[in-house]
Amino acid sequence: MSSQDQAVQSYAPGEHPDLPAPMLTSGPLFWIKENLASSWLNITLTVITALFLFVVIPPLLNWAFLDAVYVAADRNECRELGSGACWAFVSERFTFFVYAFYPSGERWRVDLAFIMLILALVPLLYDKTPYRGYGLIYACLYPFIAYWLLLGGFFGLEEVETHAFGGIMLNMVIGITGIACSLPLGILLALGRQSEMPVVRMLCVVFIEFFRGVPLITILFVASTMLSYFLPPGSEFDLLLRVLIMVTLFSAAYLAEVIRGGLQAIPKGQFEASDSMGLKYWQSMRLIVLPQALKISIPGIVNSFIGLFKDTTLVLIIGLLDLLGLGKSALADAKWTGLSNEIYLSVAVFFFICCFSMSRYSLYLERKLETGHER
Amino acid sequence: MAAVEELAETVASSIDTSGEPIIRISGMHKWYGDFHVLKDINLTVQPRERIVVCGPSGSGKSTMIRCINRLEEHQQGDIVVDGIEMTGNLKNIDAVRSEVGMVFQHFNLFPHMSILDNCTYGPIWVRHMPKREAEERAMHFLERVRIPEQALKFPGQLSGGQQQRVAIARSLCMDPKIMLFDEPTSALDPEMINEVLGTMVELAETEMTMICVTHEMGFARTVADRVIFMDAGQIIEENKPNEFFSNPQHERTQLFLSQILH
Repeated sequence: MSSQDQAVQSYAPGEHPDLPAPMLTSGPLFWIKENLASSWLNITLTVITALFLFVVIPPLLNWAFLDAVYVAADRNECRELGSGACWAFVSERFTFFVYAFYPSGERWRVDLAFIMLILALVPLLYDKTPYRGYGLIYACLYPFIAYWLLLGGFFGLEEVETHAFGGIMLNMVIGITGIACSLPLGILLALGRQSEMPVVRMLCVVFIEFFRGVPLITILFVASTMLSYFLPPGSEFDLLLRVLIMVTLFSAAYLAEVIRGGLQAIPKGQFEASDSMGLKYWQSMRLIVLPQALKISIPGIVNSFIGLFKDTTLVLIIGLLDLLGLGKSALADAKWTGLSNEIYLSVAVFFFICCFSMSRYSLYLERKLETGHER
Repeated sequence: MAAVEELAETVASSIDTSGEPIIRISGMHKWYGDFHVLKDINLTVQPRERIVVCGPSGSGKSTMIRCINRLEEHQQGDIVVDGIEMTGNLKNIDAVRSEVGMVFQHFNLFPHMSILDNCTYGPIWVRHMPKREAEERAMHFLERVRIPEQALKFPGQLSGGQQQRVAIARSLCMDPKIMLFDEPTSALDPEMINEVLGTMVELAETEMTMICVTHEMGFARTVADRVIFMDAGQIIEENKPNEFFSNPQHERTQLFLSQILH
């Protein structure tokens, strides 16, 4: 039967078969027509974009990879060997950027803590992990293990002062502690702000508004200098610990507002249905309300986490040397002058990889939690 | 029709009007701010009695039944449910809520969990029932509302009528002594109203105590032991369905019935 016949053929009611779509309404050609060449303006933009990429990409690739120098003793040797980027500098400083001033004989402890972190993240992030129950218990214990591994001082490990922390390791310590501690605190603050108990509500509002209303840098300054005025004289309070607490509180205030947005999106009927089943407040929050509210808030929560992770570079201001701080100080090296592009680009790549993976994971999570239409 | 009336008669006669009522509301008032929504409500419900509450919108029907499990708070008067006085006491409220099932106009299923989980969470967390037993129980009631094959789907994948039947099964899983229905068919397409009403009629035959706010007069006629008519926050009239429909006493009731029955 030819297509001509099919077009004019009539079918009994309810008997009409599914016919293939006409030409150029689906498939790759259709995609090109629709997205790259749908109008003269669109065609012009496509051509301009292609030209721009053609002009920019090849020189960039040349500089970053083809003409780059990976091994050299100093800057002058770099210049002789190639006209591109001088990655030799970055690779020479690499271990320093990771471990900073951590005693070189003890660096295996940082490596071990990092590997154990990955092992703790797997059951936490993927619900299909085998033996997930044990994995989660391990993930809960991990912070204590990591504390002992990194600081030492008992069970036979040599003590390492927090002054020695720096570089990528410092960014990770601050970022991960901040993320892990601020989420539960943020949830509690958001629930507190919605509470029917006026005192609880007011305390939460004051806390949130205070920490949201003050720049993180100010809070870090307070942590580094002013706190010692309030503490009893002579009491030692580790600077890194103070920073961790302040970063956590700051991020928790932001998270609380993000989660409050999610809580407000839950229809009243959900609260009523769980109330009428006789679920108690914490049960109904844990089983019914928070799973839905947190799901809605995932983009905002991850947004805050990404912000928090990037803000870990601000500790530079109170004298802690994170990755960016180390990079900046490395530029002063007379052997390697004028290589700021390479250093800052490497720092950027590190942060981009971390933040982009968080962003991807949040998309994965959103898709996984999709359960058909809303209500 | 004769058979249905006979059923209604036998059931009506089986209700013990002399015994202890399962719900007793006396002199109950409620205000929303300055607005007086419920005025001097007096109502006693005997165990196994089926009551239909009707009336124009805004007359306080839903608010009244929501006061029974304290989704709304009343300001004056007493409500005693199954011997428990409804006060601000959280323990009493939780005790009453676990005995009273409620079906809502918009189903209010939990969209993030499967149908089966929707039905098992109440028994597991409130009644501390073992998971296995709760699941068997859930499947039993899902079979009774005739959708056991949907157990592993999510609410968003079901039609409105199916969702409402799940909501009924979910309430039944809690083994309630009283079922409250708050306009259970008002949000449904006409095709689906009958499947939900059918489920409710079957439930009525099991001698469950039911209070239904509904505009389905056919349902009221066949199932109710008593029909209550409310207007402007007051109970205007209550009577046996036959009497109520054939011989309404109050002028306001006559007007209402003439508007909805054609």
